[in-house]
Amino acid sequence: MAPVSSSAPLCIDALVKRFGQVTAVDGISIELRAGECLGLLGPNGAGKSTLIRCIVGRVIPDAGTITVFGAPADSAAARDALGWIPQELALYPRLTCRENLQAFGRYHGLSGAALHQAVERCLAWATLTDRAGDLVKNLSGGMKRRLNMAAGLIHQPKLILMDEPTVGVDPQSRNHIFEMIEKVRDEGTSIIYTTHYMEEAERLCDRVAIIDHGRVMSLGTNAELVQNAFGQRSQVTARFAGAGERVAAWVAGRGGRSVNGSAEFTIDRPSEIATLLDEATRAGFELVDVALRKPNLESVFLHLTGRELRD
Amino acid sequence: MMILAIFRTAMMALRRDRGALALSFVLPVVFFSIFAVIFGGRANSTPKVKVIVVDEDHSRASGRLVKGLGGEGSLSVKTRPAPVKGAEQSDYTAASAEAAIKDGSVSVALVIPKGFGEHPISFGPPDASRPTIQLLKDSSDPIAPQMVEGLLQKVGMTSMPDVMAEEGSKSLEQFAGNLTKEQRERLDEGLRYLREHPDAGSAAGGGELIPVTSRVVVGQNHEDMVSFYAAAIGVMFLLFTASGAAGALLDEAESGTLDRVLSSHVTMTSLMLGKVAYNSVLAFTQLVVMFLWGWAVFKLDFWTHIPGFIVMGVCTAVAVAAFGMLLASICTTRAQLGALSTLVILIMSSIGGSMFPRFLMPEAMQKAGLLTINAWAIDGFTKIFWRDEPISHLWPQVLVLLGIAVVLFAIARRVARRWEFA
Repeated sequence: MAPVSSSAPLCIDALVKRFGQVTAVDGISIELRAGECLGLLGPNGAGKSTLIRCIVGRVIPDAGTITVFGAPADSAAARDALGWIPQELALYPRLTCRENLQAFGRYHGLSGAALHQAVERCLAWATLTDRAGDLVKNLSGGMKRRLNMAAGLIHQPKLILMDEPTVGVDPQSRNHIFEMIEKVRDEGTSIIYTTHYMEEAERLCDRVAIIDHGRVMSLGTNAELVQNAFGQRSQVTARFAGAGERVAAWVAGRGGRSVNGSAEFTIDRPSEIATLLDEATRAGFELVDVALRKPNLESVFLHLTGRELRD
Repeated sequence: MMILAIFRTAMMALRRDRGALALSFVLPVVFFSIFAVIFGGRANSTPKVKVIVVDEDHSRASGRLVKGLGGEGSLSVKTRPAPVKGAEQSDYTAASAEAAIKDGSVSVALVIPKGFGEHPISFGPPDASRPTIQLLKDSSDPIAPQMVEGLLQKVGMTSMPDVMAEEGSKSLEQFAGNLTKEQRERLDEGLRYLREHPDAGSAAGGGELIPVTSRVVVGQNHEDMVSFYAAAIGVMFLLFTASGAAGALLDEAESGTLDRVLSSHVTMTSLMLGKVAYNSVLAFTQLVVMFLWGWAVFKLDFWTHIPGFIVMGVCTAVAVAAFGMLLASICTTRAQLGALSTLVILIMSSIGGSMFPRFLMPEAMQKAGLLTINAWAIDGFTKIFWRDEPISHLWPQVLVLLGIAVVLFAIARRVARRWEFA
């Protein structure tokens, strides 16, 4: 395997990719630190997958540069250092689990004892050793997902790109996948993890880049993102009976926003809730329920983009 | 109401499925046109039968017979090979005419022997001492020899009336004379022969006006004809198999496996070459199975033709594999590939000789057939199994099939760039 430099695992600088009139990636710059798990959080169509495909050399950017441990993204050294787990189940359905891993191992230049060891390691990591001889088409959805991940790690890459690896997976299998990811992260592998699930980003990622319309809206740890967007402020969500245009107009006039029939306000101090509710009563609205909560990544995303993660 | 709803849904689906539309409307029209041209309905150009005539006699009668045959609209008479680089060639001999049949240039030849002019027409019982015209034929063509023999008799009657009269009077003198006792006996003997041999006219060298002896030059062993069908049908199915197998590329592109493979050390060129190699082995194995079946069930002489079979089998397999790869790279979905391959392969097979022999087609159609893999592959297999030609004679087929493979693969590789990068 070609040696990789000691530079940053991944360095993306002013990357731009357009498809016709649509700009999928619009000047993104990110540097991944060694051993870090960086989340790319954004809704479908935000440009996350295009960014990943640029990194693995499957999409040629219109502008900007990408280096993997100092090597250009489309170089042989970068290919050796990179492990890609695509969103699709990119497997051979008529081969067994072991045969799939052997095939992808050979594609990465492995053979003989090294290939055998790599296959057994990946089967164990994905807890598929007892299903090694089963055809992929006969596996459950969760097992296929795990094998899909194992195939991306067959050559022991130093940097793993995971593109929404839990899509279509039940909660139990998802938890299993989280444990697999935590294991490789704890071994010091650098990871880029794209998702539109806030909980996944909060659990797995050291830092999160919030992406929308091909741009990085904000980048930092969970706490930093919330701090940057909200400071010490909290969020109040109130629901009124017969919410309609009149309520929406009042909410907008009060500096809040209407989300799924509820009114959402950002307040500096909890005592502001009483004032808010007084005003609502005076305006003639009947309160159904009210909740006070600390902002999270979802709130940050909403705050930065004006829309929800799962729009 | 529900019936109408189902009808409308089906119509909408058909409108958006261009492949199905093409199969439904274009394919029948194309096939109809091909068959119409082949069987002469529209083209009004029944193929002329090519015949080599060797005049060893150089008599007045043989010259008139050759001229008479040349005047027949349905025959294309050749007495010498086409000029080579502008240089006229010498007349065919019996040996060179036989060689021409063996190499497939023509399927029938007439050799007018020395001494034919002395008794060109024969009345009465056959006479073994008289020189007879030799008809050399390739038994793979059941039509041309019969047509030539029939026309030969017709020309004998129409182009040589004086010879007929002369021969008739000779017969009369021979049989009748003054009808002495001896003459009466001889006439009776002749008439008795004709009564006892009512089918003498159809027997070779029998009671025909112009006695003809037929000799099969190619295809003495009738089982060898099985090789023609094995090759003809085999190539057509090879094309279907190859395009289906190449469709795996589309499945991989759709599932994302192709992207993953190309993000490893595998390049698009090595991936496509790997698939062509696999599809070639698959196609070759298919041919082996077909010919082994021909040997086991139809007594095809497979084992004595192994070297030639391997040469033609490999070249054919590589060409069809490259063809399949090109079709797969042009299409974006399996459904498209299915429709396009059915359309193209059936057309290629019909004009390339997989459905009926090319020598039955009009000349223009025969030439068009040379644009297909089928024609070259079938010609090659026929050379080995039917004509027993040496492997060295396969060079045109080998060159063309390998050339087709290289060109089709190069185009497929160029088209496949769309999968490499976005």
